[in-house]
Amino acid sequence: MRKIKGIHLKHNKNTASCQTEKFPIPKEVLIPMNMNMGANSEPVVKVGDHVNIGDKIGDSNAFLSVPVHTGVSGTVKEITEIHAVNGKCKAIRIETDEQQTVSKNIKPPVINNRDDFVKALRESGLTGLGGAGFPTHIKHNPSVPIDILVINAAECEPYITSDHRQMLEDSDAVIGGIKLVMKHLNIPQAVIGIEGNKPDAIKLLQDKTKSDSNITVKKLPSVYPQGAEKILVFNLTGRLIKEKQLPSDQGVIVMNVSTAAYIHTYAKTGMPLTERRITVDGDLIKKPCNLFVKIGTPVSEILEYAGCDMEKLRKLIMGGTMMGMCAYDINTVISKSNNAVLAFKKTAEKKMTNCIRCGRCIKACPLNLMPTELEKAYYRKDSTTLKKLRVGLCMNCGCCTYVCPAGRQLAQINQLAKNLI
Amino acid sequence: MNLLKVSPSPHIRGEMTTQRVMLCVLISLVPTVIASGILFGLPALALISTCVVSSIFFEFVTRIIMKREQTIGDLSAAVTGLILALNIPPSLPWWMAVIGCFVAIVIVKQLFGGLGQNFANPAVVGRIVLMLSFGSAMTTWTDPKYHNTFNPLFDGYDDVIASATPLTREFPEARASYLDLLFGTTTGCLGETCAVALLIGGIYLIIRKIISPVTPIAFIGTVGLLSFIYGITDNGVMYGLEHALYQMLSGGLILGAFFMATDYVTTPITNKGKLIFGIGCGLITFIIRTFGSYPEGVSFAILLMNIVTPYIDRFTMLKPIGAVKEEKAK
Repeated sequence: MRKIKGIHLKHNKNTASCQTEKFPIPKEVLIPMNMNMGANSEPVVKVGDHVNIGDKIGDSNAFLSVPVHTGVSGTVKEITEIHAVNGKCKAIRIETDEQQTVSKNIKPPVINNRDDFVKALRESGLTGLGGAGFPTHIKHNPSVPIDILVINAAECEPYITSDHRQMLEDSDAVIGGIKLVMKHLNIPQAVIGIEGNKPDAIKLLQDKTKSDSNITVKKLPSVYPQGAEKILVFNLTGRLIKEKQLPSDQGVIVMNVSTAAYIHTYAKTGMPLTERRITVDGDLIKKPCNLFVKIGTPVSEILEYAGCDMEKLRKLIMGGTMMGMCAYDINTVISKSNNAVLAFKKTAEKKMTNCIRCGRCIKACPLNLMPTELEKAYYRKDSTTLKKLRVGLCMNCGCCTYVCPAGRQLAQINQLAKNLI
Repeated sequence: MNLLKVSPSPHIRGEMTTQRVMLCVLISLVPTVIASGILFGLPALALISTCVVSSIFFEFVTRIIMKREQTIGDLSAAVTGLILALNIPPSLPWWMAVIGCFVAIVIVKQLFGGLGQNFANPAVVGRIVLMLSFGSAMTTWTDPKYHNTFNPLFDGYDDVIASATPLTREFPEARASYLDLLFGTTTGCLGETCAVALLIGGIYLIIRKIISPVTPIAFIGTVGLLSFIYGITDNGVMYGLEHALYQMLSGGLILGAFFMATDYVTTPITNKGKLIFGIGCGLITFIIRTFGSYPEGVSFAILLMNIVTPYIDRFTMLKPIGAVKEEKAK
């Protein structure tokens, strides 16, 4: 079957064999209210309130929203406004106590039908754990029938191994989550796509799904951006999600592997999403590791834990090196969609020259866009050409910028150009 | 507390830079430079150096006069100078070569905005201007068999004979053998005679993924195919084969196809476009060589195709994956 191409990156999966450690409870957490794609939540607690683990502290009535819960017990110290990497929002600062009591409201949800399931997903506070943070309950309530559940375990970004560790450490949860979704959404089959650079995970999941003929595990080429939704779906199912379509228009739901595992955990325990697995790596990290951290934990504590040389720190990336966001402050906190914290001593910069029309960006673009032409059209403010060349399809994977010998910021220009059409 | 640097993703960059691309082209031409040194002697190397140095000098000065950022570091001027040098006869007076470099760097490249902005290949235009201005000096050939500083029979460039170019079909006895064409022991421009050295460089560029093999294969293939057909109509199949091989190996075709028709800036950007470009170059070269009044047509072919490149680009745009046809506005 024809596959959408990608570029070869150095994998740098230094933490692939690092068992996930539990990160100690921080003295205080700062939980942002904008951790999902869509509307921000509003705090539902007041300064001085005492909260227990799993209590809801923020919610919203908007359609595209999910509630926010606390992963620590303690006292609400402050409700403040912060500049998170993805924008301005309210945030709740909680001072943790010694006891760390679990809320009495935490009990496994009762799920009898699809409506119960979707409601439970919302109450769990779950957003996609892969990076974009799309509210899971909305994804799992499609208006059209779905016949394939695609599980994204490609993990194509360099350095990050949190999904890989999820599969190795708790494959039963992964499969349990997949089965739950298949059962309640009435999806006849599921495909798990894993990049070939994780042979142990492929083998483990293949063994575990041997008895289930409707769950298949497929090995994917280890090229970036294999885990991009459109590319993953095409390479696994041959279905092409066209312009302005959602995966559900092609009868597909795409879910990150850690998200699947979390659904299983929630159904069993009822504990909302307040903790997640992250990879800590980068050339300044002495002890690259995978950690379970409470959402809202300041990155500075994590860096200290992993032995980061703070004096030399110049670049702090929340997420992967290709699509992650730069933090401007070491006190940035971990949010639901953070899968990694990467610390570097240098910024990757290249001397910018004129475009030499080498065509590398065009060859690198997985969607056959023409970044160099888009860049020229952007500078002429030529919205007709931008539209004709489909700048709207750009998913900001960054391949064009990565390969450009002239050091041009092509991916960034594409995002700016989207505002012109 | 030090400051963190914030920038849009991606946060890593590939290793290839403009400078590296140009360096690879320079490296790929080393075998050819060595070959021309062996074939035509030290004066050839002096002429090559003159071109490279004057090209860098012209770029340096122009950038200063235009108050623009200095760009000689990207090595593109050195590449232009070197390729132009390989396109002139060994006996060309040095000042003519410098004029060629001036045209290439100042007029064709810098006046259009420098690297990446020129519509025509600077070295090609430089060569054509020299050709039209100094027609006899540009077609005075030196036969390395007799005029080589390393050859005991060498008697100096003052005594250059106007030897026939290998492409002149009227003098069969003056034609070089295939072996001569492969190793360059024949008349021709500084860098065009030794096919083996050029092919080594070309293959190096393809392996390093600096150039796409599409253009050279299409270019040389078209010339070969058309010459074959022409040869058959002239004198039968065997002659057709011979003629095709001869045409492919002689003149500036290999140099042009691998090093000039693959210039990023002035040729189409997609593979489909490169194919059209190569075939077009081959067709024009064949027509000029066979029916035109010039014995050689590679530079004119490349220049003409440079001019239509924007049109080729427009008609060979890629279709984005997942794009749906726009609905016509009502």
